[in-house]
Amino acid sequence: MSSPTVEQLLAEFASLYPPPPAPVVETPAPAPEPAPKPVAPKPVAAPAPAVEGAAPAAASAAPVPAPKPAAPKPPVAKPGPVLQTERAPGAIAVDFAAKGYHLDLSIPAADIVAVAQRLYALEFSLDTMTGVDWMKLEQMEVVYDFVHFTTNLHLVVRCRVPRANPELPSIIAIFQGANWHERETHDFFGIRFLGHPNLVPFLLPEDATYHPLRKDFIRAAD
Amino acid sequence: MSAVIELLGQEPYWSFVRLALFLGGVAAFVGANAAYLVWVERKTAAYVQRRPGPMEVGPQGLIQPIADAVKLLSKQVLVPPEADGILFRLAPVLIMTPAMMCFVALPYGSALVPANLDLGLLALFAFASVNVMALMLGAWSSRNKFAIISAARVVSQNIAYEIPMLLTVVTTILMSGSMNLSTIVTQQGGWFWNWNIFQLHHNPLVWLSFLTFYICMLAETNRAPFDMAESESELVAGAFTEYAGMSFGVFFMAEYANIVIGCSLAVILFLGGWNCPIPLDILPSWLGWLSTGIGGALVGLGFFFAKLYALIFTVIWIRWTFPRTQFYGLLNLSWKILIPVALVTLWLTSFLVKVL
Amino acid sequence: MLLTKEQALARSAHSVGGPNETFVLNLGPQHPATHGVLRVKLTMDGEFVQRAEPVCGYIHRMHEKMGENRNYSQFLPNTSRLDYLSAMQYTHAWCGVVEKACKIEVPERAEYIRVITSELNRIASHLVGWGAWVMDLGGFTPILYAFDDREKILDLLEHICGARLTFCYYRFGGVVNDVDEYFLNGTREFVPYMRERMKMYKKLVTQNIILRKRIEGIGIITPDQCRRYGACGPVLRGSGIQHDVRRAEPYSIYHRFDYDIPVYHECDSMARYLVRMDEIEQSLRIIEQAVAKIPEGPFVHPKVPKVIKVPAGDYTFATEAGRGRFMVRLVSDGSDIPYRVKLRTPCLANLSLFEETSAGMLLPDALAHMGSLDLVIPDIDR
Repeated sequence: MSSPTVEQLLAEFASLYPPPPAPVVETPAPAPEPAPKPVAPKPVAAPAPAVEGAAPAAASAAPVPAPKPAAPKPPVAKPGPVLQTERAPGAIAVDFAAKGYHLDLSIPAADIVAVAQRLYALEFSLDTMTGVDWMKLEQMEVVYDFVHFTTNLHLVVRCRVPRANPELPSIIAIFQGANWHERETHDFFGIRFLGHPNLVPFLLPEDATYHPLRKDFIRAAD
Repeated sequence: MSAVIELLGQEPYWSFVRLALFLGGVAAFVGANAAYLVWVERKTAAYVQRRPGPMEVGPQGLIQPIADAVKLLSKQVLVPPEADGILFRLAPVLIMTPAMMCFVALPYGSALVPANLDLGLLALFAFASVNVMALMLGAWSSRNKFAIISAARVVSQNIAYEIPMLLTVVTTILMSGSMNLSTIVTQQGGWFWNWNIFQLHHNPLVWLSFLTFYICMLAETNRAPFDMAESESELVAGAFTEYAGMSFGVFFMAEYANIVIGCSLAVILFLGGWNCPIPLDILPSWLGWLSTGIGGALVGLGFFFAKLYALIFTVIWIRWTFPRTQFYGLLNLSWKILIPVALVTLWLTSFLVKVL
Repeated sequence: MLLTKEQALARSAHSVGGPNETFVLNLGPQHPATHGVLRVKLTMDGEFVQRAEPVCGYIHRMHEKMGENRNYSQFLPNTSRLDYLSAMQYTHAWCGVVEKACKIEVPERAEYIRVITSELNRIASHLVGWGAWVMDLGGFTPILYAFDDREKILDLLEHICGARLTFCYYRFGGVVNDVDEYFLNGTREFVPYMRERMKMYKKLVTQNIILRKRIEGIGIITPDQCRRYGACGPVLRGSGIQHDVRRAEPYSIYHRFDYDIPVYHECDSMARYLVRMDEIEQSLRIIEQAVAKIPEGPFVHPKVPKVIKVPAGDYTFATEAGRGRFMVRLVSDGSDIPYRVKLRTPCLANLSLFEETSAGMLLPDALAHMGSLDLVIPDIDR
């Protein structure tokens, strides 16, 4: 199956990560504008107060716009509206026109190597990867983008790791392109990729010990 | 005053005066030539690339070479701390001296031969082969990795191209039966079909010989598309990376001097040297001054330089048209194409010369 | 001359009993062939490259952090400073992601203007890449011809937006200025002019035997390597994968035009070269159609809010820039400042495969190979 369709992938990952019980959406919705929910059925959304420590590696979630950090940055004046979506591992089909990708897959961090292997077998290409710091949730999210060159599918894979101890396995053995992306993510977020042979600063100076894209980062010089 | 001049005009003083005059002339020629060939090169490049080129100093930038020379001379000669100081300073001298000596052996006109050597051709190649050693020494003594890579390239390139070049030269020696450059030129006198390049009954492949010689000359002088020694987009400035000021300028001058020598040799060996395409003695008698005395010498010089600069222009033209060859491509060209071709030509020529 | 990695290594000095000595050659951050501040740490065995490790970050400006500190419109000019040669497509991606998230409609005329300017920008970008690459190979003249043609494009673009390099012409919901007849006529005249020039380039450069010997069979990038490293743009299409974001993840109005995605299966530097040359021709085709069909109407959506607040969520938008797939990932928390901006740049992905593909090459071949990736260093370092 080197030309997978969205349905096939959905079915495959649904068997791996069975969908959670009936979706319950609960959101302290932002007052002014009702944040338009993505068209796809977003399963569970629990008000889950920052799952910290509990189920560290397995705590994965969907695209979760988190509260604006109380960063001491000048332009950040008012806290943004809070929208929080917790969801169990699983795949969701996404409307491409609204979001820019076809499939949103949320997996436990420990499974990333297996998923990457499967995607490599399906002839997906590693487009990029990055991190998102969900400081209020005490979580870090690692987002992998995979693109298929013949079916043109754009697949997003997300892993959540606890912010206090951000670690997950490296996929460099499968996608060598991840080498630089992982180094960059380590630079910016301090997320450690276990099994990466050379996790030294990539874009930052070679003696950098700070992680500028963490929301509590103040200034490199201090 | 006039007595002194008269005295100097007599032997044995005249020989020394003549030598001094020629040496001064050659030195001035080499310097001015290098300076103004740079100007010609920059203007040609500009013309090829549809831009004006140097325009600021003097009309059409004609004073630019002098400004450049003054700038280079006023710069400090830097010796890197790790470099071998003696060799580093010696290399520019080593590269310039043989080039100057080659100029002495060249016949510029029937009466303009600084040193009429019987083995002029041999002397010329003997001097010219020092070039590679100087480049290698300069590169090696500067303790720069780019320069050392360049040195290795220069040596293998020059050795590879000296062989086909000498083979073609031997072919022309067979055709003219002499190693005296003046004799070779004199033999090609008369109509232009006496020039070696049209001597098809001696060597049917003489055009190929000429091409081989020309390619080898480009490679020997490290000119594009064979500029492995400098190859500025790979090795920064190659062998000259650590050189600054006039020591760099000397390498530059030597490069142009070598081009002039190479092209002069091509003119002498194949294109009839100072000879006019038509024999001058068929001219009407009122033009007789063109074939004798000072007039004759000037006409010879004119034709020599016309042919010479046509070839030099081609060298410049090639540089601004072609990309650089790959290094193994360069060696393949020499060992797999040029040497067999030169050998076949040599064999054929010796056969024809012997039989006919 | 075709060499596999093993063959090339087998010919090195060590394999014939020479000492196993290597040395480290620092190529850059200032070197004529790296066109910017890229540094490549080469472990050399003679002239053979054993390992080429690019060292990045010399022009790192942390655009992603800047994105978290300013509002959506303020970040727009930043995007044109990543790959300064493809500024149009980069600003298009940023406008696109905000328009997608906020559901801002772009008027018909603006879409046509975007296509025309993007394609003009692509031609200019390919011309620079082509000229600079041939200069890497030692041919000095083509870059000046290329700049001559590029000048015509820059004059046209300067006429409509004032900038010549880091265009910031697109706005949320359209473009900043309407195009006038001068621009459209100039573009119409440019198309046949450029076609003639392409014929000349083919004779002067593409068919040159020295150039072909230097890049044919050099720098093989297999489709599998492309997948593992996420290669994109002409590098990908030179490896026989017909993937172009304009077709694969359609944006703007590219689907209305008739054009081909050039693809070559040789996987070598020559294939990448030919892809770029063919892309110029295809861009000319698109421009020709777009200029003929451009409708009248508004050039910007009239009701775009002054302060843009993007609904919370995670959005991506990819465009096909001159060097390949440029993707913006925008994570919003609903405020007027992005929560996270990820800029996925093509040159980073394309350079990351250099270490693997250049092993065992000769130094000039490795540099020719690096030139074929057509790198813009600020795009890697962001």
